[in-house]
Amino acid sequence: MTLQEGAVLAGAVTNPPGRAHRRRSGFRLGKWLLPVYAALALLFLLVPIAYTFVFSFNDSIRSNISWRGFTLDNWLAICAAQEVCESFGNSILIAVAATLIATTLGTMIAIALVRYRFKFRSQVSLLLFLPMATPEVVLGAGLAAEFLAAGVQKGIGTVIIAHTMFCISFVVVTVKARVASLDPALEEAGRDLYGSPAQVFWRITFPLLLPGIVAAALLSFALSFDDFIITNFNSGAATTFPKFIYVAAARGIPAEANVVASAVFIFAIALVVVSQVSAAARQRRLAKGT
Amino acid sequence: MGQGFAESGADLELVGIRKRFPGFTAIEDLNLSIPAGSFFALLGPSGCGKTTTLRLVAGLEEVTEGRILIGGKDVTATKPYQRPVNTVFQSYALFPHMSVLENVAFGLRRRRIADATGKAHEALRLVELDHLAARKPAQLSGGQQQRVALARAIVNRPALLLLDEPLGALDLKLRRQMQLELKAVQEEVGLTFLHVTHDQEEAMTMADTVAVMNKGRIEQLGAPSVLYELPRTVFVANFLGQSNLLSGPVIGTTADSISVDVEGTRIVVPRSRAHRHRGNVTVGVRPEKLVLGFGPPEESAASNILGPGRVIDVSFSGVSTQYLVAIAGVGTIVVFAQNIGTGPVASVGVEVWVSWRVEHGFGLEDEDAPAPKFPSDTDTATIAVQKKRALMSEFGDS
Ligand SMILES: Nc1ncnc2c1ncn2[C@@H]1O[C@H](COP(=O)(O)OP(=O)(O)O)[C@@H](O)[C@H]1O
Ligand SMILES: [Mg+2]
Repeated sequence: MTLQEGAVLAGAVTNPPGRAHRRRSGFRLGKWLLPVYAALALLFLLVPIAYTFVFSFNDSIRSNISWRGFTLDNWLAICAAQEVCESFGNSILIAVAATLIATTLGTMIAIALVRYRFKFRSQVSLLLFLPMATPEVVLGAGLAAEFLAAGVQKGIGTVIIAHTMFCISFVVVTVKARVASLDPALEEAGRDLYGSPAQVFWRITFPLLLPGIVAAALLSFALSFDDFIITNFNSGAATTFPKFIYVAAARGIPAEANVVASAVFIFAIALVVVSQVSAAARQRRLAKGT
Repeated sequence: MGQGFAESGADLELVGIRKRFPGFTAIEDLNLSIPAGSFFALLGPSGCGKTTTLRLVAGLEEVTEGRILIGGKDVTATKPYQRPVNTVFQSYALFPHMSVLENVAFGLRRRRIADATGKAHEALRLVELDHLAARKPAQLSGGQQQRVALARAIVNRPALLLLDEPLGALDLKLRRQMQLELKAVQEEVGLTFLHVTHDQEEAMTMADTVAVMNKGRIEQLGAPSVLYELPRTVFVANFLGQSNLLSGPVIGTTADSISVDVEGTRIVVPRSRAHRHRGNVTVGVRPEKLVLGFGPPEESAASNILGPGRVIDVSFSGVSTQYLVAIAGVGTIVVFAQNIGTGPVASVGVEVWVSWRVEHGFGLEDEDAPAPKFPSDTDTATIAVQKKRALMSEFGDS
């Protein structure tokens, strides 16, 4: 996912699209053209994923290009290819750290931007949009130049700083919409009912913002985890998973990388399924009345 | 903090309150004293500063000037959560992520009061909603939400309960029912209620004392019957029910009455019922105090007579009939006649006289006649015509 795609996604989170207009079904071609076109498009999207998944079971030796037989070894001993495991660990560490920092700071900024009137408020709002609109190459190169000028040693730390920087924009945009829709009377009611400012925040404001905060955190994590361009400029000797794949692609990607990629994919799908099922269950419970 | 449950209501005193928003003064020198245990209504048109007053008392806004005393203690500088006050918000403001029970127990838990759950159930029983304690606010009807908001405030036994048009969103039938329930709850728990409304009927039926507010000031304060019988200003006379207002110079005074010349007709008002005795005086009389006659009534010292005039409009509203009578030089007079089947029935175009007993009139404090002070679309005649139109469309619908 590029930052621009992320921006579109953040937009979708904040303004859910209206129901599409229903077309009249008189159009003949639509009967078969649309399904075929949709099936082809899906196939086109899924083939690389299926390929990656299947080849995670390949009994490869050095390069993982031709099928040499089925094995579970890759899955059972991921860390046999030490670089895969290490770069994956780095990516997770960076994504978790950047997400935590960006979500915390971004949420605070979003609340401040909506609730308080201060000087340069609209300018701050505008500046926060910039990282989403700037090409990643420019952003990455610019940051790298700054780290160089400041004499900062590049490594995992600089990557975390870089990722936090662009993730904050997405968090602010996502959470701001949620804060704007929060009725200030609810917080006033909390204060009126003997809640101290901290209690009002944790018991009323935070739970009501939580869906927005969670969406922002997931978005940040995804953006950080698969960022390559900005990472490549600012990581120095440290390796992240996308960076490792990029480098390894030249001499053959180890099957363990396929395992990690497949596992991430399955985990993400499982997460979506679980959240959908539990949301449906909650709907049913609400509909029943108690 | 630290106060427990209030044993009884506390009195509220507002001293010289002024509230300025950037570029706008919402409250202008407000002085108010509400005795403990009373049901006090703040009545006024939309935008006159009622909500602002409540927010100042609750501590949600800071006063620009003046002091707020609750139970004799100055709370002007304290935070909302430190004041022994709870609010039923205009929009209810129930916490959507908590169950009804958690909503009601919120205040108790914040103050670490023992057996919060038990007390919350008790409060819910008081508003007859205990069977819905596990629901979320979104699963309740408007009336039920309103009762939860009430329970959530009352459960804390605040010395002073603030109600900001809590019945505004309800339909008429439910509103009447909730008015009775609110009044019953107030009598049962004995707390001080400060109820804000723009509905004069609501204020008059519920409150012991009504304060009429206009443009950030209190125009008049008193028992509902006193306000209705003896309004002090043109605004109060028109806002609280309807009034026929006539003005003119005082042409004679006796020990117990004053006489006003209204376009050549002498109108007498008891001295005790007039707020001014000199200069130009606006006198008024309620439409239901007027009697229609088909011939010139007998002159007597005990009654005032206007006429002859012509009936220009008749509208039947069930218990009473409303007549609009145009009298040359005086204007349009509104008359309510009870439909008791004995009096004459006038039709449009008929020549009539209007009379009322001297002791039913009142004299206002404002010097200005109502016409220049208020735009023409709010004068009594227009209101009457509008009411008639609304009534007709209602009949037309059903
Ligand atoms: N935060 C604010 N800033 C500026 N003006 C305000 C603010 N709150 C209220 N006002 C103004 O104060 C006046 C009184 O408002 P309010 O107390 O809400 O009236 P109401 O009697 O209808 O409850 C209104 O004219 C309103 O526009
Ligand atoms: Mg209001």
